[in-house]
Amino acid sequence: MRDQHGIQAESLVREYKGGIKAVDGIDLRIEPGEIYGFLGPNGAGKSTTVHMLTTLLPPTSGTARVAGFDIVKQGPQVRSAIGAALQEAALDPFLTGREHLRLQASLHGLSRDERKRRSTELLERVGLSLAADRKIKGYSGGMKRRLDLALALVHEPSTLFLDEPTTGLDPQSRTALWSEVARLAKGEGVTVFLTTQYLEEADVLADRVGIIHRGHIVAEGTPDELKAQIGRPTIEAVPADPDQREAIEELLLQFGTPTAGDPLSVSIRCESEADLADVIRALDAAGLHVAQIHMHEPTLDDVFLAKTGTSLEGAADEEELEAVSA
Amino acid sequence: MRTLSQVWEIAWRSIVRTMRQPAQIIPNVTFPLLLLAINSNGLRAATHLPGFPTSSFLDFFIPIAFMQGALFASGTAGVDLARDIDNGFLNRLALTPMRGVALLLGQLGGAVALGTIQAAVYLGVGIAAGVRFETGAAGAALLFVLAVLIALGFGTLGVLLALRTGSGEAVQSSFPLLFFLLFLSSMNLPRNLISIDWFRDLATVNPVSYMIEAMRSLVIEGWNAQALALGFLFTVLMIALGLAGSALSLKTRMART
Repeated sequence: MRDQHGIQAESLVREYKGGIKAVDGIDLRIEPGEIYGFLGPNGAGKSTTVHMLTTLLPPTSGTARVAGFDIVKQGPQVRSAIGAALQEAALDPFLTGREHLRLQASLHGLSRDERKRRSTELLERVGLSLAADRKIKGYSGGMKRRLDLALALVHEPSTLFLDEPTTGLDPQSRTALWSEVARLAKGEGVTVFLTTQYLEEADVLADRVGIIHRGHIVAEGTPDELKAQIGRPTIEAVPADPDQREAIEELLLQFGTPTAGDPLSVSIRCESEADLADVIRALDAAGLHVAQIHMHEPTLDDVFLAKTGTSLEGAADEEELEAVSA
Repeated sequence: MRTLSQVWEIAWRSIVRTMRQPAQIIPNVTFPLLLLAINSNGLRAATHLPGFPTSSFLDFFIPIAFMQGALFASGTAGVDLARDIDNGFLNRLALTPMRGVALLLGQLGGAVALGTIQAAVYLGVGIAAGVRFETGAAGAALLFVLAVLIALGFGTLGVLLALRTGSGEAVQSSFPLLFFLLFLSSMNLPRNLISIDWFRDLATVNPVSYMIEAMRSLVIEGWNAQALALGFLFTVLMIALGLAGSALSLKTRMART
């Protein structure tokens, strides 16, 4: 079903016991039919945001409208308009795929004929027709994710929430799911709110990306806009002789500022118009040897690093450590 | 109509998943039968006590099999719901237009189905082993109904525990407490023959005693209106309180807007 309203949120906050703010005043404006990638490490507030927008968790303060309905005052209307595949593909191991679809469709009030038609169509679409009558405990992770997506679509929602839909999937299943999500948005006009901790997923799939860190949106825009904010490329050199590391670092700093990278390498973000050839010439002139040298255009991880002071991978570790010590 | 249809769908799922776990059903059905076989032989000397109401300990003890079956059914209902909470299935259901009451009533479908199977097996085995109903076929049918209602009642307690704790392990560890109620009842002796005062007092204030005595009266006494009224009253009260407590806990557990 084509969405007409999109998603809007203003100063959305969710505070847990002890005053911990999992989401701390986020604003969202997502256009109908848009794929919005919500990027951040574990514990950044992505799932809490999804739970609020899908009405599963009341916000502590702030407002939001999904598919034209207020998430606090019009919970049932929001739930009728949305489909959601939450972080864990919560399925009953003792039911078959077809039985899951029957249950979900029935609870959404579809008639018997409509249930049959829709189940067959969705099973076909997600490639589970042959496995439809097998119990879930025999499904692979990818099959469970595909069924989860089919369940979210059973009542033809106008807005779809996907909470880390490809976590744990093999590359083939991941690509297949990306294609389906893109088709839903571009072909059917479904608004998609997708959380992910994969940079590539946000880069490839999302029309716009919001980067969330510790409950705050720290950057928002199309992937190209965000990368353009960083502007300069990064050069990363691996010394051939570890004793020359310091000298190489000193030389590279003439071309830019240091940035985080592999501990064995020296990384800088270019600040001048110099290109890789200039750097290689300078190294050669100084008699410094490198085993490898790369220049790469800014990535969303560079954006994340620039906005938060840590790489996405490092932030994930940090958030997990904090969660453990809490 | 919509709510009824939702109740049916949730109940259907609860029944299907229960029936597809034979490892859960078989011990639940057979363990009370084993205890019945052991006790009806091992404790039959109790029938020689002056004032013991029957000469057959099997007739006296058969209601305990129904009670134990009901307790096992409560564990099934509770653990299944706790698993749903733990793995996020409850969230999946909460995202549909399903009403809370449909979840509560439907979730008990598995407990009722298991209770029905157990009651049918115990009744069949009991009659085959020589149990004779003083109230005849009508009394046997009424005992069957009461046993299923008791399974439903204990099922509501299982659901309540699951909603309060959200953990299958917590539900299972609470299970012995329910069994404790059974042991502190008139399970092994009529209350008037319990000579230890504190035990008799506890059995007298324990509602489980009245559920047992209602079933027992149908087998060994004939139609005893007071025993039946008390048995049904406490069973209905347990169902009502269990459902009310579960409804309150569901509001906290499923905090959707």
